[in-house]
Amino acid sequence: MTELASGSTSQRELASESTSQRNTESITVTVNGHAYTADCEPRVTLADFLRHTCGLTGTHLGCEHGVCGACTILVDGRSARACLMLAVQADGATITTVEGLAAGNALNPLQEAFWDNHGLQCGFCTPGMLMTATELLADNPDPDAAEVREGLSGNLCRCTGYDSIVRSVLDAAQRMRG
Amino acid sequence: MKPPAVRYARAGDVREAVALLAEHGSDAKVLAGGQSLVPLMSFRLARPSILVDINRIGGLDRIEQDNGSLLIGAMARQRDVELSDVAAAAVPLLPQALRYVGHVTIRNRGTVGGSLAHADPAAELPAVVTALGGELVLEGPGGTRSVAAEDFFTGTFTTVMAPDEVLVGVRLPRLPDRTGVAVEELARRHGDFAIVGVVAAVHLADDGTVDLVRLAASGVDSVPVRLHAAEAALSGARPTADVLEAAAATVDASIHPADDVHAPASYRRHVARLLVQRALGAAVERSGVER
Ligand SMILES: Cc1cc2nc3c(=O)[nH]c(=O)nc-3n(C[C@H](O)[C@H](O)[C@H](O)COP(=O)(O)OP(=O)(O)OC[C@H]3O[C@@H](n4cnc5c(N)ncnc54)[C@H](O)[C@@H]3O)c2cc1C
Ligand code: FES
Ligand code: FES
Repeated sequence: MTELASGSTSQRELASESTSQRNTESITVTVNGHAYTADCEPRVTLADFLRHTCGLTGTHLGCEHGVCGACTILVDGRSARACLMLAVQADGATITTVEGLAAGNALNPLQEAFWDNHGLQCGFCTPGMLMTATELLADNPDPDAAEVREGLSGNLCRCTGYDSIVRSVLDAAQRMRG
Repeated sequence: MKPPAVRYARAGDVREAVALLAEHGSDAKVLAGGQSLVPLMSFRLARPSILVDINRIGGLDRIEQDNGSLLIGAMARQRDVELSDVAAAAVPLLPQALRYVGHVTIRNRGTVGGSLAHADPAAELPAVVTALGGELVLEGPGGTRSVAAEDFFTGTFTTVMAPDEVLVGVRLPRLPDRTGVAVEELARRHGDFAIVGVVAAVHLADDGTVDLVRLAASGVDSVPVRLHAAEAALSGARPTADVLEAAAATVDASIHPADDVHAPASYRRHVARLLVQRALGAAVERSGVER
């Protein structure tokens, strides 16, 4: 995959691209309650817009082609891959990123459950896991382990072996049901 | 890995989208859910000069019953169709098949039209539309035309659509009440594209003989394949184990799988026959139940 990308894009091509077809659009996106307005090239993904323009680096980029789930965010309340949306498409949208889950230093119950159940090691996949689980638990407040595994099947973790993540989400479900 | 430079236009209606495509020729690409096109751009396998975004065209996302058929607008999100009572009542094969498409997050953005236009031979929706003899509705500079599913897909990632045509929707015949449906797939992991997939619908007459059977397979040719010979072997018969086995035995002559990194052709042939038998068995078992 890396080969494909680097093999077909030379530095020269990149340089000529940025001069020949430049056009930008002014967009406004509301992220975690704050409105961000910026000029944006159409080629910029929403993930890069969040990370570089908004400075919200909690949204991680693993694969940049939709398969790892690290960049998962909520767009108008539904989960989406931030690497598969162009920022210009999000003009007017309301977005929640992992930074929007905690209230200051107070973790939300899902984050707390990840903490307590060792639901993360290096933490790279965690923002995507949390955002995917947020939607999963909103749709199904009382999932069984198989449903959690299916719900998180689009999110890859290279550290935990998943068991502790599944445990975290089941524990969070219980805490959130009260 | 970032998309190359590209221009971007938001179409307000289908006519505007068609006009933009006509103006820019085959360099222009429709942007629907972006779940296939954006990764292709990031890999630099697609380098459109301009993206024509059809996401904000009103009314392209409808899911409606009309005169014995189900109409799905091209921009209906896969997840919305999966959860739609209207779709489930008319074509229960749809929600079942959609659960195999990627993951919820992919289906939240991915559209029905995008999956059909993309024409991946391993994809589920093209197989469903082919099995049911659906009609694809296209709009171009000269007006609107309908194309039968079996004429729409012409090869891997290719269809009869002209570069200046927009797929506006698909029309599927309603399946009669008490039709049993089944989807069988072999995939490495949940959410992966299937190595082989089979979709089936079976309805039984009061005397227990098959009076409707629809069957298609994915991953067994460069296009989804309607399994006419297997359907013929079952039509009018009582679906005993022997009859199902005989129907599945016809599959070998209907498919042209290729060897690839995922599986050799011989394996796909073996699996296709097995999955057809399983899917038919499951569909028969589920038929007769009121929905
Ligand atoms: C991780 C992952 C897993 C996936 N797994 C599966 C799977 O198991 N099974 C499966 O079937 N799919 C799978 N997909 C693909 C997914 O279903 C896509 O949503 C679908 O292939 C394309 O739909 P889209 O709306 O995203 O289209 P886009 O990506 O926007 O477009 C795809 C192509 O179709 C063209 N197009 C789109 N809409 C129209 C239209 N209305 N008129 C004319 N041309 C149009 C575009 O120009 C482009 O060439 C997966 C995707 C990802 C990222
Ligand atoms: S970075 Fe978006 S899915 Fe991997
Ligand atoms: S915790 Fe390291 S990738 Fe999941």
